[in-house]
Amino acid sequence: MNQQPETPYQQTKRDFLKIVLSGGVIAFLGAVLYPILEYLIPPKQAEVEVSSVKAGKLSEIEKDSGKIIKFGTKPVILIRTTDGELRAFSATCTHLDCTVQYRKDYGTIWCACHNGKYDLHGRNISGPPPRPLDELRVVVQGDDILISKKA
Amino acid sequence: MNTFLKRIYRWVDERVELKGLVDYMGKKYVPVHRHSVWYYFGGVSLFLFIIQVVTGILLLLYYKSGEELAFESINFIMSKVQFGWLIRSVHSWTANLFILSAMIHMFSVFFEKAYRKPREITWITGMLMFFLLLGFGFSGYLLPWNELAFFATKVGTDIAGIVPVVGKPMLVFLRGGDEVTGATLSRFFGFHVAVLPGLFTVFLGIHLLLVQRQGMSEPLHIKEESERKSMPFFPNFVLRDLTLWLLVLNLLAILAVFFPWELGKKADPFAPAPAGIKPEWYFLYMFQTLKYIPGRLWFLDGEVLGILLFGIAGVLWTVVPFWDYKSSRGEQNRLVNYLGLFAVMYIILFTIIGWLA
Repeated sequence: MNQQPETPYQQTKRDFLKIVLSGGVIAFLGAVLYPILEYLIPPKQAEVEVSSVKAGKLSEIEKDSGKIIKFGTKPVILIRTTDGELRAFSATCTHLDCTVQYRKDYGTIWCACHNGKYDLHGRNISGPPPRPLDELRVVVQGDDILISKKA
Repeated sequence: MNTFLKRIYRWVDERVELKGLVDYMGKKYVPVHRHSVWYYFGGVSLFLFIIQVVTGILLLLYYKSGEELAFESINFIMSKVQFGWLIRSVHSWTANLFILSAMIHMFSVFFEKAYRKPREITWITGMLMFFLLLGFGFSGYLLPWNELAFFATKVGTDIAGIVPVVGKPMLVFLRGGDEVTGATLSRFFGFHVAVLPGLFTVFLGIHLLLVQRQGMSEPLHIKEESERKSMPFFPNFVLRDLTLWLLVLNLLAILAVFFPWELGKKADPFAPAPAGIKPEWYFLYMFQTLKYIPGRLWFLDGEVLGILLFGIAGVLWTVVPFWDYKSSRGEQNRLVNYLGLFAVMYIILFTIIGWLA
């Protein structure tokens, strides 16, 4: 290699080339990686926004029972209390995303995954759930039960 | 025939100089001492990996990914394909024994301090393979698309989503969307049969190359040259290895035949989580821990704290050769022994509690 000290001109030339080349490498990597990273993100599917669903007939739902209803892509739990009152909540446990169920023996809404419990107003009363279940509105028209989002 | 084989050997040797390698393997020795038995678990793990590759490829011949196909195709494998039940059961059982054997291998290396200089890279690649194994377990568990797998994946990915900052994008990346759907199944299938095996093979290659190149580590307590005993790697050690492999294969056959792996019920996103649902045993101790951490601690979410603690512990464990200076200098390090003992007892205790709960 050339042992002579570099002239200022040679130095600036070297620096210039360093910047251009490293900048080029970074730009190249960016151009390769950006599409790959973007590809990994799943596109948003156009979901049909559901605002209300028919949950069956009142005469078919016994007192002191619970049932999971499809609310768009999400599960909703419809409870009929011992007094015959109807209530509906999001069936997705607020803890870690499991689906809850009605437990006759406890008289509560229960999540099997981590033993989380909610009372029949959807309030988290025991176990790990951090929040109550979101409540939905239940309307009875004749014999039909309609569940809709609360405004 | 013999001369024919010799001619083939000479033909290859002339071109790639095989002789050096063969001489090297012939001169390799394995230390013999009272802890020698632990040397075999690396070999057993390797054998179980080979079984997983073979049975995995066989399952691929009939398995179909997809919400409407996965469960049905495994059902088909188990009920219609000749010996399909056997292949699938062996694959599931091997997965569990593999993780167990890798754990035993890891802890024995840890307590012998075999990770110390100059074997840091062997330890690191081993740990990376162990994490990949957990990934194999988690992704493979979902592939039959049954009820238990569906909720296990929901919970597992939801926990990943709790991690601050990177959690949410990671959750979407893992699930292929906001929810666990067929998109998640496709991704997990890809991870399980392509991404993870590819990475694993690279680390395994480095790991085995280093083991062959550096030989087996000797325990620290062997100092005197006169205490040293050894046996030739070939054929003495190899034959012992193979005998054990044969025993393991028998054990697998017994397990697969008498305790066939169940398929369970098909996943239904609109059914409640089944009672008694539990993660696989190798995740159980972490799971059980999360149950004991209160919902909120200081300014942190209980779960976030749990994940952070396990994350830090995992990292410290992985980089042990870089903070355990004493062992690298050939001195005793009791602290490492106590930490290792604590880890073993913690895992066993919490696994049992989780299992009984």
